[in-house]
Amino acid sequence: MNRKNFPGFLVFILLIAIFPLLAQRSSAINHYIDVMVFGGIFGIVAIGLSLLMGYAGQISLAHAAFMGIGAYSSGILTTHFNLSPPIAILLGIAVTSAIAFAIGVPSLRLKGHYLAMATLGFGVIVHIVFNEEVKWTGGPSGLVGIPGFSFGSWALKSTIHWYYFVWFWVTLFVALALNLVHSRIGRALRAIHEEDRAAEAMGVPTARYKLQIFVISAAMAAFAGSLYAHYVEFINPSSFDLVWSIKFILMVMVGGIQSIWGSLLGSLFLTFLGNEWLQVFAELEILIYGIILLVISLFFPDGLFPVIVRFLTQRKLEKKA
Amino acid sequence: MNRCTTESTENAEKRITKKEDNSCLHHALSTEEGNRRLAETSKNAFILEIKDLGKSFGGVEALHNITFSVPSGITQAIIGPNGAGKTTLLNCISGVIKPTRGRIIFLGKYIENLQPHKIAALGISRTFQNVALFKRMSVIENVTIGLHTKTRSGFTSCALRLPPMIGEERYIFERAREWLEFVGLADEMNKEAGSLPLGKQKLLEVARALATEPRLLLLDEPAGGLNTAETEQFGDLIEKIKNLGITVVLIEHDMNLVMERSDQIAVLHYGKLLATGTPQEIKKNPQVIEIYLGKEE
Repeated sequence: MNRKNFPGFLVFILLIAIFPLLAQRSSAINHYIDVMVFGGIFGIVAIGLSLLMGYAGQISLAHAAFMGIGAYSSGILTTHFNLSPPIAILLGIAVTSAIAFAIGVPSLRLKGHYLAMATLGFGVIVHIVFNEEVKWTGGPSGLVGIPGFSFGSWALKSTIHWYYFVWFWVTLFVALALNLVHSRIGRALRAIHEEDRAAEAMGVPTARYKLQIFVISAAMAAFAGSLYAHYVEFINPSSFDLVWSIKFILMVMVGGIQSIWGSLLGSLFLTFLGNEWLQVFAELEILIYGIILLVISLFFPDGLFPVIVRFLTQRKLEKKA
Repeated sequence: MNRCTTESTENAEKRITKKEDNSCLHHALSTEEGNRRLAETSKNAFILEIKDLGKSFGGVEALHNITFSVPSGITQAIIGPNGAGKTTLLNCISGVIKPTRGRIIFLGKYIENLQPHKIAALGISRTFQNVALFKRMSVIENVTIGLHTKTRSGFTSCALRLPPMIGEERYIFERAREWLEFVGLADEMNKEAGSLPLGKQKLLEVARALATEPRLLLLDEPAGGLNTAETEQFGDLIEKIKNLGITVVLIEHDMNLVMERSDQIAVLHYGKLLATGTPQEIKKNPQVIEIYLGKEE
């Protein structure tokens, strides 16, 4: 963590730590802790996707599928094979990374949005597999009876436990991602995004970096998927379809495509919208997402987080003046 | 030295196609200096050798059996009318495109099939004809990309901010600053690269290329779009780069710049190598005069 990010990071940890204490006091927002667990899980996906989209400039339409592979690996390995959750999670990450590598090698070598095309197709295939392999996945009705997370005798017993567990990981990923983007690798990724032939001519191995960040990003989604499976203790294919992949992209775009904080904020915002504030609209939900995407891309192409930061710093300056 | 400094770059191209304005070509530079350097460096091995290089795009032959060698430490100009294949040649050398046939030897290694980033790591760097900066990154960050091959930290040590990586970061920014000072952009280092005027963008591209610590620097029309004073400055910069021991390959339409600053010139015409020689020789070469100035009636 470099000095510039550190104050913001401390504030973030403080807010995360005290949020449940405040939320518990009011029965009206008591269940927000549960929503925050989901927000954190989706946040991990969004941070990974932001590294891929905002920094390497590649679009993945399979992040829900990667999350699904993680979730189903955890689900299948713990229910059918009685493996312990941490081992199942690690295997899920390994499987997903291998798949992402296999998709990435041919599609990232080409210039342009071939990754988007490849991942679009892959996401659809994965969704079909989840639906059809009834023996393993439970098919459309889902996989039930996934155990909660436990490691030896240590187990997560309540929503509060889960909250701190998930947000511990979110915090860790934020720190790692911030370090990464403020390093030679992060700058190289931005350079690839802006002008890949120049980056290549300066000695940046563009194809390799794009592949590496894609695999890392997919692995993060798989990890989030495993957390999801163990938290909800039930998964079905509809949580990992194309709509969800698009929602993850939306989360990143709403917050700020080239901002780790922004993508986390975007995932919280959309999670609260989806789980809480837009429940009344039922099927119209997707329409509202469309409108959000349109407004963001037309008026705030850099996302909302930079706008908020600018607003806050300007007010501070005005106060000083 | 009699220089035609009043001409703008835009006119330079028009001028060389006009017969009556050829005085510049003749009086551009006394090449004694250049000849002396050439004699000095010709003892050394060639830094770059191009052998029978050919490139076709479909049926169009952009380069045809190009063979020439660049001695170490000189400024080699490549001139020729638009579409002669100059940039294609540069792209082949820097690995952006693969030649259809022939070989490129850099410091004794065959490089024609290497990826561009590997060629960069070997010591060839370049600028781009249409300026390819990372526009939304800061000026100094642009230069740090040039230092990429000089540092090692991978994903893990960057994400964990391990001590060697922190040391490397300091090194990267110190060196980047030095290169900005070298080209005279140190005062602008925190500006967004895209916000600089064209002249400074071109200087920044040079700083970024130099940061890779190349043995061979390829400049693709550095004076294109610059005014006379800026072009003059750029000429001085080329001299400074040469004094660092870096061999410069210069594609340029500005004949003043070429004649003043280069030691050896290769003339391309319709993908073929028409002539090579010192500026003096090239100026006298009847074929070159013909393609630039038209045939005597």
